This record gives sequence, structure tokens and C-alpha cells, in this order.
Amino acid sequence: MRRRTIRSVITFKNASGGSPAFLLFYPFSGKSYLAPEEVSVRKYILKRVLISIVILFFVALIIYILMRCLPTSYLESIAQQKSSQPGAKSYEEWMEQLKSTYGMDKGIISGFFTWLGKALTGNFGDSWKFTVPVVDKFKSVIGVSFVMGFISLILEIVIAIPLGILAAMKQNSKTDYTISVIALAGISLPTFFFASLLKLVFSVKLEWFDLFGLVGRNHAHLDAFGKILDMGHHLVLPIVTLVVISFGSLMRYTRTNMLEVMNSDYIRTARAKGLSERKVIYHHAFRNTLIPIVTIIGGSLPGLFSGALITETLYSVEGIGYVSYQAMTAGDIPFSMFYMTFLAVLTLAGNLIADILYAVVDPRVRIA
Amino acid sequence: MADKHSVEASRGITPIEYDPQYILMVNSLKKHFPIKGGMISKTVGWVRAVDGVTFNLKRGTTMGLVGESGCGKTTVGRTILRLYPTKTAGQVLFNGEEIFDKSPKEMRDLRTKMQIIFQDPFSSLSPRLPVGEIIGEAVREHKLVSDDEYNDYIDDIMDKCGLQPFHKDRYPHEFSGGQRQRICIARALALNPEFVVCDEPVSALDVSIQAQIINLLSDLQKQFKLTFLFISHDLSVVEHISDTVGVMYLGNLVEYGSTEDIFRNPLHPYTKALFSAIPVPDPTYKMNRIVLEGSIPSPANPPSGCKFHTRCANCMECCKTEVPEQKEIEPGHFVVCHLYDGEKGISHEEKVPAAEEITAEPASEKAAEKND
Repeated sequence: MRRRTIRSVITFKNASGGSPAFLLFYPFSGKSYLAPEEVSVRKYILKRVLISIVILFFVALIIYILMRCLPTSYLESIAQQKSSQPGAKSYEEWMEQLKSTYGMDKGIISGFFTWLGKALTGNFGDSWKFTVPVVDKFKSVIGVSFVMGFISLILEIVIAIPLGILAAMKQNSKTDYTISVIALAGISLPTFFFASLLKLVFSVKLEWFDLFGLVGRNHAHLDAFGKILDMGHHLVLPIVTLVVISFGSLMRYTRTNMLEVMNSDYIRTARAKGLSERKVIYHHAFRNTLIPIVTIIGGSLPGLFSGALITETLYSVEGIGYVSYQAMTAGDIPFSMFYMTFLAVLTLAGNLIADILYAVVDPRVRIA
Repeated sequence: MADKHSVEASRGITPIEYDPQYILMVNSLKKHFPIKGGMISKTVGWVRAVDGVTFNLKRGTTMGLVGESGCGKTTVGRTILRLYPTKTAGQVLFNGEEIFDKSPKEMRDLRTKMQIIFQDPFSSLSPRLPVGEIIGEAVREHKLVSDDEYNDYIDDIMDKCGLQPFHKDRYPHEFSGGQRQRICIARALALNPEFVVCDEPVSALDVSIQAQIINLLSDLQKQFKLTFLFISHDLSVVEHISDTVGVMYLGNLVEYGSTEDIFRNPLHPYTKALFSAIPVPDPTYKMNRIVLEGSIPSPANPPSGCKFHTRCANCMECCKTEVPEQKEIEPGHFVVCHLYDGEKGISHEEKVPAAEEITAEPASEKAAEKND
């Protein structure tokens, strides 16, 4: 998939400096803003967006079909509950009534188009489980997921890239092996295992942090600043978990790319120029490893909004991941549909952003 | 481990004294690369890429270095510029100073004096830097000119190398192969070097462009009084540009002398075979090609005695066991071959009493003096 994306950008030679963003991001781009290139950039982006819409339609359709076919049915569990009360209607009667109330009496395909028609007007309906509009529930929980994701992404970049460079510079040394082993351990640790380990050490033994939740028991009595501090305190373990399990792949990626660049001819040229080793590494080598790294990071930006399902669930942090987990296990079709369509949009946007960023950092793609 | 190997390889090498007429003196230079193998990456052998190369290079002249692919030409060029962190044995005296004894800081300053033009103009330019920056970066870094003069200086160098000032903001991929090689040349010359290694600078270019670049190099040599080490496998190019020629085979210099001597009277069987392959632009001319049997042996496991004996038409019994010495047959014309053992040649041995200190080197210096 990654390969394909990159090639599609390379064939698109005129991804030129049409956008003013290039002026902001790239210091050497004071030229070549030609109208034809700009037109082709628009054309390219338009084409990509149109293709994305088609993909999105089918993704939504497949998700809807799967949701309807799930063995966990929200309606069935409600009907069971209601019918077991003394003097109530029978299960079948309840089922019939609930189905028509919730609009599930239609077939799957017609049900999907009903959902799609409403979704296009921005109406995603009410969540069955949370009994509030889906969008409202989403808005109330996305904030904490975003903050968590953003902080861990920043930490991940700050930790992984320097470590990757260091490992590449000292290839096959003890430093390199140590870093690689730690990174590999991070990649291999299952989230639930590592999170439980952290809880055991820092919550149970050392009692530094609460076991779960986003706020302490006396949260309501704190002032505004204290409240933020309290939430920050509760976010430490989830963020540590996220960073440790995710920094390894970026670090290894940086290391591999750095090694590849360090062996190239133009690095030998830079050395022959008599530049200091620092200059060779940061001015020549790192600049050339930036492209794949930016592509990776750009592709992970939309992920900030998707939440961390496992980590949030383990620490009971009311983020979008945890809430969607609850919705899915309860068979809450409107919320699950919204969340998963949203994820599909994010993924498609991520690829598009990565390709555009690619053009920003690579002059060969920018100016044909 | 590497040190032990290095000490072993250095055995029997007599140090040479600096002679000011030479900008570069190379004495028994060896560069061996370790072959790593096994579970714990231990060294299981050595590739003897350069295995004892000796020559001296006069100021303002061009030395051609020829030989087939894999014979160590490029390794010689890179080792004498210390583009590898270490050498295995021997001496590289640049202006009389051993370059492998320099501290990193001194080495960086010395880089302005010795430059290299790489073989491949496509991969040796950073794709992420504009051309002006590629050429000027090191000038700024070494503070060769003041900030006010910087732009004019770069424009001037680019002009001399046949590039336009507006090319400065472009990126390497926007240029053709010939233009890129001009960029490489401008980059090397911007530092105002005394000595430039041209590592097959034209082999990646097509023939019409080759002539342009060769002429450009000759012009620039006169203008800047440069000394060139011209590495190439193209014998006609070498004949055109060089004052002296060295012929390499499997990490050794087998013959060395003035261009005229070498082309008029090749002595070593390998040189003869090599030169018999030069095409002659005359359809009626009957070529006497000497075709070498087999392929070049592995430099990791070179043949004993004379390394060429496995493919030599004149192979004698002694060639298989004894390593031949470098002998001066004509003034300034050296050959390493047992065929010339019997010939008297020009021996300086009678003049120098201490027999164990005789190497080919002092002889070569005296001969070169006489020759000029």
C-alpha cells in the first residue's frame, strides 16, 4: 500500500508549488509557481477526492451490512428485558414494536440507504445506548482522545527520530543493539499486558497513579487549574502505554532510512567537501530521510481523532475509543456506523495528506 | 583485530622522505576491507582491494590510473583522500604530511586542498539541495571568501564551468548528465583545491559530452594550476589528458611511466594485453589482440607470487612463487615483472650503499628529476 502511494505521487510529476503552504514549509522554494502546474495540482486532488467518495460509499455499505448481521442485537436484549417483566407483552410482540420504533423493520439495503440519506444531511440519529444524538456524544468524548493522541504522537516523534538517527550512526554497536532491542520489545508487547504491568507497578505497588478513570474522586472540589492537573495526572499511564508500544516502528523506520541515505554517494560528496560530521548528518542525510518519515507521520495525523480503543478501554478513559467499544458491544448501530465511517474518512484523508506532504518535502515531485 | 592485520601488512615497508617537487607521494599503500561472516560478525578474511601501490605525483601534472573493473583504481583514489577512515598500511604524503595522522579538524581544513569528482553525477549530488547550495555550502563552511563576495564567487566558478547563474536555484534532477558533471566539477573547484582526484568523471556520460568535459578539465587545470589523478578505464581519454600513466592489476601498480613511454613501449604483459584492445579507427588495420584467458582472480584470495601469473602468456616458474620487484627500465618507466629480471635497466643500487634501504621510491625520484 505504501509503495503504491509513493509511486502514484511520482508519476504525478507536476505536484508543484502551487499552494502557499510550500512557501511556509520549504525555505528553498522561491520559484516556479506556474499556472499550469497549479491546475494539475487541483485536478489531481479533485480526482483523489472523487475516488475517495466512491471508496467511502462501499466502506459504509459493508460496515452497515456487517453491523446488521452481528449476533449482538441491541433490540433483542431490550425485548428480552421488557418481556421478562411481570405482565408484559411477549418477546415477539416487543420485538415487532421495537423494530418499527428503531426503523429496523426494513431490509438491510433499504435500511442502508435510509441511513445514508439522513447521514448526507448531517443527521446521524440518536445513539441507542447513550440516548443522546450521536454527534453530541462524539463531541463530548473526542477532546480527551485527541489530547492523548496528540501528546503521545509528539513524544513518539521526539523519542523515536533521535534514537533512530543515533542507532544508525552507531550501526552494529552496543548502543544500536540496545535501542533496537528496546524498540522491538515495545512493538512486541501486547497493549493489555503492558498496561496491566504499568498498573501493577505504578498504581498498586507504588500508588503513584489511580488504577483507571480520567478524574480523581475529589475532582469536583478542585479549581480550574487543579482540574486540568488532575486529568493530566490520570493521563500519564495511558500516554506512556501509547508511546512505548508505538515508538518502536517509527524508530526502526528512521534507522533503516538513515542507513540507506548514509551509504549513498552524495553523503560521500558531503564528506569530501570537508563538512563537519554534524552538518553531514543533519543537513544532508536527515533532509533526505525526511520524506518517508513525513509520509508516515502525515499518514498518522488523522489517527489522532480515532482514539485508542484498547488503551482507553483498559484505563477506562472516556475517549472516543472506549465509547465506541461500549457502543459496539451493545450493538448500537447508529453510533458504530458513525464512528466507523468517520474512521474511513480519516484513513482516506490520511493518505491524501501524506501524498501532499510528500510533494512539499521533495523538490523532485514539486517541480517537474 | 584490524590493528593486528594492519601491523602485519605494514611489515617490510620502508618509509620515504618528502621531496618538495611532488604534491602527493604514495608509498606501498594498502587498503584491505574485512569480510565479515559467522554469527558474531567476526572477520573471516580480507579483500585486498589495494595491495601495495607506490607512485609520486608532480605539481601541475596529470596522472592517469588505468586498469580493468575491480582492480582497485577507485579505492586508491578514495584512500589517498582519506574518504575511508583508515588505511591498512603504507604512506600517503600530501605536501609532505601524512594525511592519516591528521586530526578530524585538520582533515576538514585539508579537504579544501584535495578534492574529488565522482564517477556518477546522478547519485553524487544531494537531490534535496539546490545547485547553488551544493556548490557554495563548503565555501561558506570553510569561510573561503567574505560574505559580500560570496555570490560573485559562486557565479564566477559556475561561469568557468559552463553553468549559468540562474541555475543556482534549480535542483540536480533538472539537469542533464553533462550539466550535472559540470556541477560536480564546479563543486570541487569552488574550494580552490591544489589536487583533484577525477574518479572516472566521464564514464557515465555519452561520448559527445565526454570530450566537452575532458576539455573543460584541461582548461581548468591550466587556469587553476591543478594536479589531477585521473582514474579511468578509457585508454584514449587517459592518453589524451595524462602526463604519466599507472596501470593497475588486482590492487597492484604493474607499470608506471610517462604517457609517451607507456603507450610507445608497454613492457608488462598485462599492459600489452590492455593496450592491444584499443580500437584503431582504420578498417584495413589488422589488430593483434592479446586475449587474456580467464577472469580477474578474487582480491580476497589473490594468486601467489606475481598476481598476474594465472593469466600471463609469458608465465615462468618463478612467477608462481616469487613476488616481482619494481624495476626502472627506462628513466621514469617502472615495471613490476620477472621478465625484466635479467635486464640491467637503470639501477641506482651502486650509488646507494645501504642495500636494505633500497626501494623503488628513491630511485623513482631521481629518475624523474633526470627525466624532466
